[in-house]
Amino acid sequence: MITRLDQLPAKEAISPGHNACAGCGALIAVRQILLAAPRPLIVVNATGCLEVVTTPYPYTAWNVPWLHVAFENAAAAASGVEAALKVLERKGLGRRHNIIVFAGDGGTFDIGLQSLSGALERGHRLLFVCYDNEAYMNTGIQRSAATPPGAWSSTTPAGKQESKKDIMSIVIAHGVKYAATATPFLWKDLVNKVAKAFTFDGPAFLHVYAPCPRGWYTEPDKTIQLSRLAVETRYFPLYEVENGRYKINYFVTRPKPLEEFLSLQNRYRVLLRPENAELLQKLKQEVEERWKRLEALSQQREAPSSTHLVS
Amino acid sequence: MLRQALLYLMSGNEAIAHAVMDADVDVVAAYPITPQTTIVEKLSEYVASGMLDAEFVPVESEHSALSVCLGASLTGARVFTATSSQGLALMHEILYIASGLRTPIVMAIANRALSAPINIHGDHSDIMGSRDAGWIQLFAENPQQAYDFTLIAYRVAEDNRVMLPVAVNVDGFTVSHCYEGVRVLGKEDARAFLPRTPRPRLEYETPITVGAMFSSMHYHVAKTEQAKALESSLNVVKEVFRSYPMREEGYDVVHAVNTDSPVMVVGLGGVMGTFRHLGRRMNVGVASLRLYRPFPAADLLPSLREAELIIVLDRAYSPGAPAPPLAADIKTLLHTAGLQTPVWSVVCGLGGHEIRLSMAEKLLQKALKAVREGAGANISFYLGEEVNTP
Repeated sequence: MITRLDQLPAKEAISPGHNACAGCGALIAVRQILLAAPRPLIVVNATGCLEVVTTPYPYTAWNVPWLHVAFENAAAAASGVEAALKVLERKGLGRRHNIIVFAGDGGTFDIGLQSLSGALERGHRLLFVCYDNEAYMNTGIQRSAATPPGAWSSTTPAGKQESKKDIMSIVIAHGVKYAATATPFLWKDLVNKVAKAFTFDGPAFLHVYAPCPRGWYTEPDKTIQLSRLAVETRYFPLYEVENGRYKINYFVTRPKPLEEFLSLQNRYRVLLRPENAELLQKLKQEVEERWKRLEALSQQREAPSSTHLVS
Repeated sequence: MLRQALLYLMSGNEAIAHAVMDADVDVVAAYPITPQTTIVEKLSEYVASGMLDAEFVPVESEHSALSVCLGASLTGARVFTATSSQGLALMHEILYIASGLRTPIVMAIANRALSAPINIHGDHSDIMGSRDAGWIQLFAENPQQAYDFTLIAYRVAEDNRVMLPVAVNVDGFTVSHCYEGVRVLGKEDARAFLPRTPRPRLEYETPITVGAMFSSMHYHVAKTEQAKALESSLNVVKEVFRSYPMREEGYDVVHAVNTDSPVMVVGLGGVMGTFRHLGRRMNVGVASLRLYRPFPAADLLPSLREAELIIVLDRAYSPGAPAPPLAADIKTLLHTAGLQTPVWSVVCGLGGHEIRLSMAEKLLQKALKAVREGAGANISFYLGEEVNTP
């Protein structure tokens, strides 16, 4: 269990000098994840912001072996890496590595869903990390299946009408041994979940909430505050599912008003207009129902003091 | 010293699977599609019974099959997949990435028609749709070649001067499901023919970044280098073809007979056996391309130079194009060499449409007659319809 910063390794897997926007939640999360991931390590990356900003040829920000193939097949490419190293180790021609897949919400919820499903079903030993910034940020902020109701995107100018896809339930339905949500605000929770994920012999999934200043129209210095508010409004609950058992990791007894989270983001400017009260109500209702369902699944009625991880 | 080669009764598909086993492949990833399926069924048996020490990855699509192969290949593993038709079309995007990342993947393609209308039988529509993906393209005419070319494919692909993926094409059903006696090298000789050569790979101690984002300028340079690598792989293919241990004389990239005939037939795949059979009897020349990409222009040209009429067989067509794929290649070759030999562009055998001996014979009789009468026109038609052409 990592509880102090000095317990993290000194050698960074991703170097400064990459091209990410100031305040990019994804890069903060990726850095935290890589610090906690056990070595030896190989990273497989789906097409998306992370891939683009870290590898402008002839430069690379990666200090670990890194592979990008296409948008939708990171889980399949990682399956190949995993299977190959297994047999190469058997034949004395190589050795097994820990494998992390990074994909955005597009590469996970939408176009990447098939290959993710295939990899989970086949049981490859890897950690699939979805950094969720709730739209196709790399191509100019178009809606994805992860975009929440009411959010502006360049293809939902009046605010998205549909719900956000429940990716965690989809993943858990595959019977994975470990799936969890996390966000960079609670870094200890995040890094310990990464370390834990690798203790399972099979696929693990981490859904990381990653604020995007560019796509959310927020100030770069608000990223951590936003990832905190997402949790404290119950918009993005932190929980883990271990061998089918749900556990809420950060119990929000008295949630902050959702508006506090939404009003910081200019992508909700349309939603917060009086004429869209109904859509706002839909979003609030979804947030509440998600929490209630989670509470029921986790069988936790009281805030457990021991898992309160904020220091 | 080559051991005694063993003779087995095998289909083209089984011959490929046997070659993959002999090549000590590490990872097989595949999704079933007719008429490829029996290749990977056989391989899954070999893996399950311990005859082949490999990981068999039963993926959820052909797109993922090739993606698995890509990831696996970049760890230094020897990989294999097989597909046909719609499966190859679904892989299309990844075909370009496999060649662009210079991965020595070997894939067997049991060539089959593309939908719609849906049809499961053999033609070359699938591979011609992937013609420009930067893969080396071999065409086997029979199960023996299917076995031999699969081993040759690994030796070529993994050569440090090449580092490109190779497709081994066999005609769907007519070769993939045709049973013949096949001589096999056996594990020891095959593995001696295919030593493992080190190459850059994903490894923690020596991290590399594969699949980076390229600017226009760097992209242009990289693609030009890739194209040059494919072009110059011709010499390596020829070298490996010649050195293939089970044949004293090796293989030629172009197999030409009766080249002093005024009529030459050029084509790809199993149908060329039919034309060679007729060609011997009717004194017609037949040139069969065993290598299609890179195009062995210099090896083909001598057998075409003296011809008065050239028949090019295409088992695919290119709608709206001035000529179907192979005919367009041959016309370009002739033009470049300053030749104005008339070309009959014949599209035949689409969707497994049978190319009967009588049809082929009639075609050759017509061609010989045209030559005797001094007819010199470029014409295009579909085999089976040639009675309606001048």
